[in-house]
Amino acid sequence: MSPRGRLLVYRAAFGVLLLAMWELVSGRLIDPFWISSPSRVFAYLWQVVRDGSIFGHLAVTLYETTTGFLIGAVTGIGCGFLLGRRKILAQVLDPYIVAFNGIPRIALAPLFIIWFGIGPNSKVVLVVIVVFFLTFFSTYSGVKGVDLELKNVLRIMGATERQILVKVTIPATVPWIATGLKVSVPYALVGAIVGEFIAASKGLGYLINYQTSLFSTTGALGGILIVAAIVVISSEAINWAEAYLLRWRPREETRTDREVY
Amino acid sequence: MTPLLSVEGVSKEFLVRGKRIVALDSITLALEQGEFVTVVGPSGCGKSTLLNLIVGLLSPSAGRILLRGRPINGINPEIGYVTQKDNLLPWRTLVQNVEIALEIRGVDPRERRRRAGVLIQQVGLGGFEGHYPHELSGGMRQRANIIRTLIYEPQLILMDEPFGPLDAQTRIVLQDQLLGLWNAARKTIIFITHDLVEAIALADRVVMMTSRPGKVKSVTGVPIPRPRDVYQIHESPAFRSTHETLWRELRPEVSLAESWRGGIRP
Repeated sequence: MSPRGRLLVYRAAFGVLLLAMWELVSGRLIDPFWISSPSRVFAYLWQVVRDGSIFGHLAVTLYETTTGFLIGAVTGIGCGFLLGRRKILAQVLDPYIVAFNGIPRIALAPLFIIWFGIGPNSKVVLVVIVVFFLTFFSTYSGVKGVDLELKNVLRIMGATERQILVKVTIPATVPWIATGLKVSVPYALVGAIVGEFIAASKGLGYLINYQTSLFSTTGALGGILIVAAIVVISSEAINWAEAYLLRWRPREETRTDREVY
Repeated sequence: MTPLLSVEGVSKEFLVRGKRIVALDSITLALEQGEFVTVVGPSGCGKSTLLNLIVGLLSPSAGRILLRGRPINGINPEIGYVTQKDNLLPWRTLVQNVEIALEIRGVDPRERRRRAGVLIQQVGLGGFEGHYPHELSGGMRQRANIIRTLIYEPQLILMDEPFGPLDAQTRIVLQDQLLGLWNAARKTIIFITHDLVEAIALADRVVMMTSRPGKVKSVTGVPIPRPRDVYQIHESPAFRSTHETLWRELRPEVSLAESWRGGIRP
């Protein structure tokens, strides 16, 4: 079996083991009232999928997360490039950025709800703020860290500043942007869900909060499992895109065997 | 006839932590079209500073540098620069790195692929076109570094210890290839090295510099006919006598530079 195939088997086995332990403990050692059980949670999930009631919540949370993620990523990367290339601007704005970034996002959530209502907009704004800073800081450090010698090589060849941006600065910053985006994915979802916890009428965060208030651990854990699944799937997608975009980078474990003499 | 390049009384000073450091002191030098000149000197004698001035990345504190009689002001596309570090763009394959200067100039993709292909074959890198720099050895990367400058045919090519980090065998192979490329293209080359054998093997003239502040100590013609065989060159009597002359001049400079580094100022 290929190493990749073996890895997938081990991963699946670990998941099955965890679920089995949970199922065994539930009802024998701990009252299912507190921890529910995998069979109960999956039955609940199956039911909400069949009657379709989950899809409204899922759609709202996904909408908030992806919209906020896209806006936050585009503005964060854009500002990262702008400030990375305009030293004066970066120096002027520095303390404000540090201060603004220091505010706990959860402290902003209630304000956003006052300003933008209990609908998806307030959550989108919260996600934007979360993603903006993560992508901004990584892009900014990437742009500032571009090797001056590489830029000079092109400058000496007669490249314009614009060509240097396109052919050196942007590709050199891609690994940093990728890291920023990767870190942002789970935080974006957390942002949307935290917003929904505070005030909402739809969404997975609302659902989890609502189920908890009914003391339905089955419903709450079901919602949490869905959230976890979304994080895993989207992270895998981002990893895959990153591996493709950064295929020029040496991979540590294969580096020595691929070196050609 | 005006020389291709003339460096006239050029000095360069730097401020390092408020202290004025003279890196180069009234350097005067003239290069004819098609000449191969090597520059040797102890480390820290300002050889790289000289190249940075000629290429226009720095400007002189005094004196002037003329290319075909016109002062150099800023970067000039007629001057190419091969750095000591290969500085290939890691996200581009070998062929994409080699053709980048033509890409900048808007040359048709098929034409630039063809011209890159010719040079890649000439230096024996055929078959590695699609490899990324990290998949190539140091010698291969340095060959790519040289041909990506040759491809846009600058009249004057500056080389800053391009073979410095390579092992002795690879160096000789690359010296041989460089002479072949130079012979075919007949560009003017200024080549910095700290290896006296390399300096003599390649050059029409060897410029010796003093330790800091860098001055031109001597300019020595190399009376070895071309084409040269770099593999056998050390056996020629002309080589030996040139080597002896130059070594006698270099030696006091080297020990001076070393004693400075040890903190003993003369």
